[in-house]
Amino acid sequence: MQRMISQPTREQRQADVVAALREALPHEAVLFRREDTAPYECDALTAYRATPLAVAMPETEAQVAATLAACHRLAVPIIARGAGTGLSGGALPHPLGVILSLARFNRILKIDAAACTAVVQSGVRNLAISEAAAAYGLYYAPDPSSQIACTIGGNVAENSGGVHCLKYGLTLHNVLRVRGFMVDGTPVEFGSEALDSPGLDLLPLVIGSEGMLAVTTEVTVKLIPKPLLARCIMASFDDVESAGAAVASVIARGIIPAGLELMDQSMTACVEAFVHADYDLEAAAILLCESDGTPEEVHEEIQRMEEVLTQAGASRLEVSRDEAQRLRFWSGRKNAFPASGGISPDYMCMDSTIPRKRLAEMLRAIQQMEIKYGLRCVNVFHAGDGNLHPLILFDAEQPDEMRRCELFGADILETSVRLGGTVTGEHGVGVEKLNSMCVQFSPAECAQFLAVKHAFDPLELLNPGKVIPSLQRCAEYGKMHVHRGMLPFPELPRF
Amino acid sequence: MEAVLARIVDRVHHARLHQSPLEIRGGGTKSFYGEAPMGEPLDVTGLAGISSYEPTELVVTVRAGTPLAELEAALGAHGQCLPFEPPHFSAGGTVGGMVAAGLSGPARANVGSVRDHVLGLTLLNGRAEILTFGGQVAKNVAGYDVSRLMAGSWGILGILCDVSLKVMPVAPAVATLCFDWDESRALAQLNRWASQPLPITGSSWHDGRLSLRLGGARAAVSAACGRLGGTLLEPDAAAQWWSSVRDHTQDFFSLGAAELARGECLWRLSVPATAAPVQLPGRQFIEWNGAERWWRSTAGPSQVRAAAAAAGGHATLFRGADKSGGVFTPLGDVLMRIHRGLKQAFDPAGIFNPGRLYAGL
Repeated sequence: MQRMISQPTREQRQADVVAALREALPHEAVLFRREDTAPYECDALTAYRATPLAVAMPETEAQVAATLAACHRLAVPIIARGAGTGLSGGALPHPLGVILSLARFNRILKIDAAACTAVVQSGVRNLAISEAAAAYGLYYAPDPSSQIACTIGGNVAENSGGVHCLKYGLTLHNVLRVRGFMVDGTPVEFGSEALDSPGLDLLPLVIGSEGMLAVTTEVTVKLIPKPLLARCIMASFDDVESAGAAVASVIARGIIPAGLELMDQSMTACVEAFVHADYDLEAAAILLCESDGTPEEVHEEIQRMEEVLTQAGASRLEVSRDEAQRLRFWSGRKNAFPASGGISPDYMCMDSTIPRKRLAEMLRAIQQMEIKYGLRCVNVFHAGDGNLHPLILFDAEQPDEMRRCELFGADILETSVRLGGTVTGEHGVGVEKLNSMCVQFSPAECAQFLAVKHAFDPLELLNPGKVIPSLQRCAEYGKMHVHRGMLPFPELPRF
Repeated sequence: MEAVLARIVDRVHHARLHQSPLEIRGGGTKSFYGEAPMGEPLDVTGLAGISSYEPTELVVTVRAGTPLAELEAALGAHGQCLPFEPPHFSAGGTVGGMVAAGLSGPARANVGSVRDHVLGLTLLNGRAEILTFGGQVAKNVAGYDVSRLMAGSWGILGILCDVSLKVMPVAPAVATLCFDWDESRALAQLNRWASQPLPITGSSWHDGRLSLRLGGARAAVSAACGRLGGTLLEPDAAAQWWSSVRDHTQDFFSLGAAELARGECLWRLSVPATAAPVQLPGRQFIEWNGAERWWRSTAGPSQVRAAAAAAGGHATLFRGADKSGGVFTPLGDVLMRIHRGLKQAFDPAGIFNPGRLYAGL
């Protein structure tokens, strides 16, 4: 008689996985009860949630290897997780998968002041690296807004940026070596402490791969000398067009500011109430333009910046007199997200990049969208590198507001692609922007991404379902959209 | 599709169908380097011209077959440059070749590599599909960073069609200081300087002389000159020095037929900048604040590779008559497995530049 083969129930599967994990890890390092796994149900994109089968909390590399080998043997999806501060759902659990928490990998292993490097475990917080390096007059440059909480492992996964990228680069430009494990538990190292390594340069592939190619346990980062001085100009503009044009003028003069940020009036009003940074509330937009370096360098650069900004039509300029004032200028920008939380029950933070010159056009388009979708939007930009973070304000209690907010967000992303930009500048694709990926990439490009994943993870066990949209998803989404002027997926049958 | 691209696509279709390898050729200025090219030459210099350049965006998009010198002249007209200083080993090198070889010049240790400045590109893969990755903006994390993977890939994954690069303003001031120091003292001092806020943009040590280039705001350069001492090199002589280091026209780098016949090779050792002096027979030239150590030596590949490994890096046979010991340092099993997987992912029929990087890829 033919035996019936049935899918094991979730409970059976969970029991098997927990038993296998308990062979790899101490019992207390395997969480599986609902109340214990609840904190892992989502990352900072809280609208998406799932309950994992289990959470593994290894403490040593040997335990990571054993955990991966056990999951690989059972073909269980593995989602690596740092601090869970990601904004795109990259650490969203798989309902039949294991969360591999690297929170216990929290040691700074070495600071080498002569080499200007730090070797840190992947669960070390971004800011902790700079704090530890401060004694040597060094720091780690990429500074995402969540830097007090986010981990270097998460930064590697997302290729995180921050407000100083224009001058100092992204995570990619500041990481020399990533040590970790392949999906089957084999140890691997990408890059080295030299400036290059033999063979293909796999570091840029792994950095920003959202945990889909390998699991990171240790990172060697570059440290750079702390500038002796930093000063910031706050410049007011009567309209956003002039503020956008001023950004281009600064660059055209050969100046690379340490930071160049734009906030529109609705945002300054929102944060002023929150932090009292003395922002010019009359201005339609303000620019924060920072210079750092030696005192001589900063003096010279600030003068040139003031000239350019004045010529570009700034209605008011204020240069920070001291460090306290400079930090106050930045406090509003750095608190833009929590401040928005104060004026609206919920907000959705977008993250696209456009060519700088399209900034004003984008802001006008967003104003039109506010009317179209009946929702407010406040705007902060990393103007220097065209990375925008519109915050759409809504109330999740109102079902229709959530829906309109999602449409509003998708509209912003698609407009960004149309203006020559990208759907994510620094927050990653995760699950949030899967649909938008269909707008930016053709089916052949998505298939190429998947082939790259298979070179590392043939069974698609590492963070499956993230970043790369399935052809079917794009076909569904494509019913409403046209990619680069072509009918989407002409090769797929349609009924 | 334009005719020149259509012809290249046809060649790829044909090669794939007949499993006949193609040697992708730009200016051919680096044919001495890497493992021996194989396959039927495919000239891609017809893909030429600057597609878009807006100085205020700090981005240029250029066809891969464009002569590098043409691109640099266009940038120079707007006071901008490719800050990583790609080498010109002879006239005619192309932008695609620059990306595919992944080589950067004297400023690399301070400003980053060619890979760091790639923002996006269009690639013709082994299935004859034209794919675009990355873009024309500096911050972009949509999908895997396939475009930067192409830097230093030797064309084994596909044909580069267009490349978008981040460009930077030329430094308003430069100065070169010289110090007559031995290797140990030069390395120790370079390491000390690296951890201080100094506007260093290049360094070289050879034959008992350290040359240090400073670049940036006028005030910063003159303040650093005052602080560091040394002998200020005359500007023309300095410019000539750095371009001869970049392009390997310095005597140290030119190996004549006689030297090659004697078994002398030019090795490139890439090591952590703080590595102790490497001991090998022959003569040495140091760049990148200590992270790049060139050796002219008759030592065999295993001896050179062992010395590089002991210093925490790897060694590449840059010029030499006998390449039987391999040009590039062999990879471990895991990395080789990934390399094979990537080759399969981009070029399943194995038609692009086979063996140029490693046998079997």
